[in-house]
Amino acid sequence: MKALSVSKAVTALMLAGLVVLPLYSHLSGNIFILTLFTRVIILALAAASLNLIMGFGGMMSFGHAAYLGIGGYAVGMLAQEGVGSGFIQFPVALAASAIYALVIGALSLRTRGVYFIMITLAFAQMAYYVASGLARYGGDDGLTVYKRSDFSGLVNLSNRTQFYYLCLACLFGVILLIWRIVNSRFGLVLQGLRSNEQRMQAIGFPAKRYRLVCFVISGTMCGLAGALLANNTDFVSPAVMYWTRSGDLMVMVILGGMGTLFGPVMGAVVYLLLEEFLSQITEYWALIMGPLLLLIVLFGRGGIMGLLGRLNRG
Amino acid sequence: MLLVVEQFLNGLQFGLLLFLLAAGLTLVFGIMDLVNLAHGSLYMMGAYFAATFAAWTGSFLLGALLALGATLILGIVLEMSALRHLYGRDHLDHVLATFGLILFFDEAVRLIWGPAGLALPLPAWLTVPVPILHGIHYPAYRLAIIVVALLVALLLYLGVMRTRVGMLIRAGASNREMIGALGINIKLLYTLVFGLGAALAGLAGMMQAPILTVQIGMGENILILAFVIIVIGGIGSIRGAFLAAIFVGMIDTLGRAFLPNLLRQVLSGAAASTAAPALSSMLIYLLMAIVLVVRPEGLFPANRR
Repeated sequence: MKALSVSKAVTALMLAGLVVLPLYSHLSGNIFILTLFTRVIILALAAASLNLIMGFGGMMSFGHAAYLGIGGYAVGMLAQEGVGSGFIQFPVALAASAIYALVIGALSLRTRGVYFIMITLAFAQMAYYVASGLARYGGDDGLTVYKRSDFSGLVNLSNRTQFYYLCLACLFGVILLIWRIVNSRFGLVLQGLRSNEQRMQAIGFPAKRYRLVCFVISGTMCGLAGALLANNTDFVSPAVMYWTRSGDLMVMVILGGMGTLFGPVMGAVVYLLLEEFLSQITEYWALIMGPLLLLIVLFGRGGIMGLLGRLNRG
Repeated sequence: MLLVVEQFLNGLQFGLLLFLLAAGLTLVFGIMDLVNLAHGSLYMMGAYFAATFAAWTGSFLLGALLALGATLILGIVLEMSALRHLYGRDHLDHVLATFGLILFFDEAVRLIWGPAGLALPLPAWLTVPVPILHGIHYPAYRLAIIVVALLVALLLYLGVMRTRVGMLIRAGASNREMIGALGINIKLLYTLVFGLGAALAGLAGMMQAPILTVQIGMGENILILAFVIIVIGGIGSIRGAFLAAIFVGMIDTLGRAFLPNLLRQVLSGAAASTAAPALSSMLIYLLMAIVLVVRPEGLFPANRR
């Protein structure tokens, strides 16, 4: 193995860029770029959590945006009820996501293939309708979060730079955790199940239990992204759970490279920047984005990471 | 009594409409093994075509007929240019590629027809109420939808089960290589099936158009309903899609109509009126969850026939 492959170099460059971005923002006075990248990092966190079940666990969930909403609503609802402390809001957001993941995972994992894609989609739509029906918490119109989570002086979420670094720390923490999970015995069993379930079961591993645990871990991670997202936009609405948002997350994972550690981060950065860039050129940015996705699927196997890997070899 | 009959017919009408959409989806999935999220876009295009052609020609029927042809052609072009290359690939690739197509179609419609919705006015002879039972009247147009959809369902059944092309389609579904080796042009067959599915989706869209407005994104909500239906019915099974569509249409319509009153019996008025809409929207998803828990392959798994 070469000491420095192209994909590693690009990844390192991207991560270094993310770390020094606030410095650039301060020096150039460009505040917008900091806000944009805070969003990118939060969605990269969500995409990384999806990658854990999709890339490593082989579970194609089409309802991952539900956790973004659950985490967000946990923060928003608690804030509405006068509980402003982040030490309560964040654990509640994570616990709510974990419970939701446990229930729908236990039901959905009875099915596989396309049925699994569809049933996770249906459950997310259900969550969407529940949120639309919450009249006390804004219903369809969504809920404004007037005060960001309060971590009693530890970090100030209203300070752009501190919030940015909090999100970045969460992203790195989650990726580290995923790396540890994937290389543990548990992770190896999961990847074994992805490649040959029958054999793994014949050896004596309970497939469903392993998958369910993985599903819950992934959902909890995405709940964290939801709690951060609500703080970032100061607003949470059923729209964050809409199925197109789940589609966006899937696109980020595939675009970056499914089943690679940093692929989803790369995918989120490229996808969201492309969206931003195209929407500045033309109002009809989706007219270019849509066919682009089609081309990526048709010709770009393995996403950006796969492409970089081929560059290295070729 | 009047309300019950009316809502029952509304449920039947909605269910049949959903069947037209789900039939195309399940055909394409069952035969080409392709998950097509852009099916809802074809539904939307059908409605936009119908509204445009009806305005040009000044005739509702002529407009609908032209729109049917246009969606058929659009489906064939789409299959030949893009989707053909996805056969045999991972389902995830299908989801992504067709997700891209949804973005494209929504934006293309915004560019061509503008962000505001269109209306497709009905001709006078379809707006009159028709007496169906003693003292009960029902809108002629909704009756027409029921009749047309039932007719299409029957034709589809006869076409697939009783004709040579239908036989080839069924054969292609069970073994693609074999039927190719027997000298059948499988590519053409697939294009034909996709075009048929597109035309069915377009038909559903244009029939729904006069009831709702023609707008961007109209295909997306109903597409998810169609997915629920084919999952409940068993993917690839037209019979399953038919029964599940009627079932879902009924439950959705009747739930919306009667659930608020039922809830008011147990809950306070305010709580009931806020909970009812959410609960009735959830009803079909709950149904799907129950079906999948009991029968993970749907009610009528196609491959076990």
